[in-house]
Amino acid sequence: MAFLKAFGSYLPERVVTNAEIGARVGCDAEWIRNVSGIDERRFARDDESVADLAFRAAQDCLDRAKVKASELGMILVASGSWEQQFPGPASAVASRLGLDATPCLDMPMASAGSLFGISLASRLCASLGPILVIGAEKMSQIVEREPMERGVAILFGDGAGACLVHPSNGFARIVDCGLYSDGAYAGDLKLPFASPLEMNGRSVILQASRKIPRAIATLLEQHRKRAADVAVFLMHQANQNLIARVAKALEVAEDKFYSNIKSFGNTSSASMLIAAAEWSKSNELAPGESLCFAAFGAGFHWGALLAEGAD
Amino acid sequence: MDRRTQILEIVRRVAGKETAVGADESLFESGVLDSFGLQDLVTELEHVFDVNIPDSDLTPRKFDSIERIEAYLEEHGK
Repeated sequence: MAFLKAFGSYLPERVVTNAEIGARVGCDAEWIRNVSGIDERRFARDDESVADLAFRAAQDCLDRAKVKASELGMILVASGSWEQQFPGPASAVASRLGLDATPCLDMPMASAGSLFGISLASRLCASLGPILVIGAEKMSQIVEREPMERGVAILFGDGAGACLVHPSNGFARIVDCGLYSDGAYAGDLKLPFASPLEMNGRSVILQASRKIPRAIATLLEQHRKRAADVAVFLMHQANQNLIARVAKALEVAEDKFYSNIKSFGNTSSASMLIAAAEWSKSNELAPGESLCFAAFGAGFHWGALLAEGAD
Repeated sequence: MDRRTQILEIVRRVAGKETAVGADESLFESGVLDSFGLQDLVTELEHVFDVNIPDSDLTPRKFDSIERIEAYLEEHGK
């Protein structure tokens, strides 16, 4: 048994509008909005690292959960934009939280990283105790690598999200999850060292448009639920048009999918938890109501996770 | 209606406009379809030709032109 205890997030202050990023890659603001649903995104300061962003989201999550860092049994940090090969940001985050012996694990996964992290945490927390899952990205340092590519540059932003997975209590019980990976498409979305991000957008959209709804539908069917029964879907904020496609495939209204991509862009592993943190500020899950996470990203890795409001 | 005409009908329906794309011309590079249109195209092909297109066949290259779509359907006996 595992529970979602709280979410947290951190967004850098600097707002980068479509006009600003569009001017750098030769497209206008309206076009960016039409192809992605994005109006603006945040870019971190030069002196802010992935670990800095992750730490701020961790603090926010622990504050909301009213849990001390010393109570954590483990920290998992997903990031595809960490600045060096090793060590990853997890141990630096733990150190910033005042921890010197708590085990940490880095997950070098991009957009599906937080989903896989929560799933892993739900299985480990019974023996380790509360686990803090963080997704943190400084995508600006990647999209600004020359030559800047329009299809990549317009999408991404910086930020971090966090989720505390607790073994005994929380606002929602984690019911089940379905995780999948297919390395046949590893070359279609990748970030080689010191090179621009390489993305075959058509392949990503084509596969994601099928695999995300299927993962959600399979999970819901296993628990005798329909998409219409789910109170809210919290999906990786990749592209508003993709979110609309997934909603349509599941035959539910698009507004069942909470979205803040308009304001923050695609923050890769962080986006699902940033959306969750924002959603949870003004929404509650009633006992028995369902919440469904879903994500898809480089690898390809994808899946869905079902949680149910706790009594 | 022959197969090529059926494919052209599907492309026009998915694109939502009249198209004068050549049989060997890229549906993407010519601006007829975008990434999301490709997903609609595949769904329509499955429906009209009663063919199951598995994820492993879902590469944009296989559906990039009328000729390539024809070749794919031919391979699958449609």
